Amino acid sequence: MKCERCAEEAVVHFTQIMGGEMKTTHLCETCAAEKGLDPNPPPQKFQLSNLLAQMGPGGEGSAASVVSGTCSFCGLELADFRESGRFGCPHCYTAFEKGLRGLLRRIHGATEHVGKVYLPVDPTAGDRSRRLDGLKRKLQRAVDSEDFERAAELRDEINAIEPV
Amino acid sequence: MDEWASVPDYGLGWLDASGPNADIVLSTRVRLARNVQGRAFGPRARLNDREAVLRSVRDSMNRIELLGGSHVIELVDLEPRVRRILHERRLVSSDLLGRDDKGPEHGAAVLLPDEHPFSIMVNEEDHLRVQAVVSGLRLQDTWSLVDRLDDALGREIAYAYHHEFGFLTSCPTNAGTGLRASVLVHLPALVLTKEIGKVLQGLSQVGLTFRGLYGEGSEVVGNFFQVSNQTTLGQSEEDLIDHLERMISQVIQYEQHARQVLLRDAANVTEDKIWRAYGLLRYARSLSFEEMMNLLSGVRLGVSLKLLPGLRVYTLNKIMVFTQAAHLAQAAGKDLPATECDAHRAAYVRRILATEGVVPPGGEPAGTERT
Ligand SMILES: [Zn+2]
Ligand SMILES: [Zn+2]
Repeated sequence: MKCERCAEEAVVHFTQIMGGEMKTTHLCETCAAEKGLDPNPPPQKFQLSNLLAQMGPGGEGSAASVVSGTCSFCGLELADFRESGRFGCPHCYTAFEKGLRGLLRRIHGATEHVGKVYLPVDPTAGDRSRRLDGLKRKLQRAVDSEDFERAAELRDEINAIEPV
Repeated sequence: MDEWASVPDYGLGWLDASGPNADIVLSTRVRLARNVQGRAFGPRARLNDREAVLRSVRDSMNRIELLGGSHVIELVDLEPRVRRILHERRLVSSDLLGRDDKGPEHGAAVLLPDEHPFSIMVNEEDHLRVQAVVSGLRLQDTWSLVDRLDDALGREIAYAYHHEFGFLTSCPTNAGTGLRASVLVHLPALVLTKEIGKVLQGLSQVGLTFRGLYGEGSEVVGNFFQVSNQTTLGQSEEDLIDHLERMISQVIQYEQHARQVLLRDAANVTEDKIWRAYGLLRYARSLSFEEMMNLLSGVRLGVSLKLLPGLRVYTLNKIMVFTQAAHLAQAAGKDLPATECDAHRAAYVRRILATEGVVPPGGEPAGTERT
């Protein structure tokens, strides 16, 4: 296969997805280098340990004085977390909140949950309205896909939450 | 436990190949990671945490209609071989099985339903891993089912949830939605035409990741790839599901296109490969799991291209599951050393193909009767 920009043999095949279409570009080594593409890209592997190493003292946005070193509920220390990559309990998310956003951004490219809203036992008005918005979106989806059984269920749930 | 003398059909629903594109997409799996409020996560959970989590599942079970007729089984109560069977059916993770020398942790359990295609792992890394597995590409339906079950469970059990970070999980890579949707796809033509690298690279650029058959860290064998969403936070469940579905639909088109290229440019070689794979499976006296999977890949391609009339995808799916080590040992009634295991595997494949996989030999070389 020939390079798309010159007549050399193409060695770099680069696939991009834009607007839902997958498009493959074929380039020779020289043209690829010009475009900043490495002919032998390192395998894209997700390295949690690398990210974790950046969290907390010494890492980006660490502000070591602000990041508390221990979760008071489960006793997990930041060093434990950096080693295992696992939090000890739900409270860890608030105990390590300061460094957490940076970490979440690097893992997920986002820090804020926008999916399903869980209604706690004693919901606030805000909880209810967020949950309702989510349910209404789902109801629309169920109706669009003609899943009427699911739609009926969702309607019941909406009626149960919506203030009468 | 008498009921386990012959292991019931748990986790086998997807074998029937009834779903859309079931020749290429073996199965769709959707799982949610959930934790109980105020309890330490799996790795740091104490005995009382684990017991409380298990109790809350047992208590809520009877009040949830979807869970009617379910069983909760503690792994310590099972023979090691039966535990491995559940693992081979992807109903429990290797994490839940525990270390070889120690066995499962106290409270490690799995909820198996009467009829629905879902299951719940209890006291894994997260307290609950709710999942459903179905045949073919059926992401929307499967998400909808898991979503309903999750709603019902969430009313009975107080989940660990944060208004900003969403559902809280032991590993922050699962936080937010806690959703992992994955699709097991068979892509032999993309591998044969050497297009697969580009496709996988393309997938990684749109936030998807791939693994082998048995999840994290497992090798790709037999051209079976498990593709799933990489991130769980910052997008709604529906967006994650729709995105995966769109991308997989494209991958299927690429695979189908590559198959047409193979038939057009290398019909004889392709057909020969398929028949050789069939012949080896039909008559071999010893098969390692890996060799068998590679041969099954060829035969599956043949069935998909209608070159092996009479052979069904269901039969191939069944072979994949029942030739795993613990399944063979269960059938033999004893643990099998590796060489014996390979012989038992080959014998099983011969027997199944002789009863439900006889293919008329056909005469014309490829290309003569097709256009
Ligand atoms: Zn060039
Ligand atoms: Zn903690």
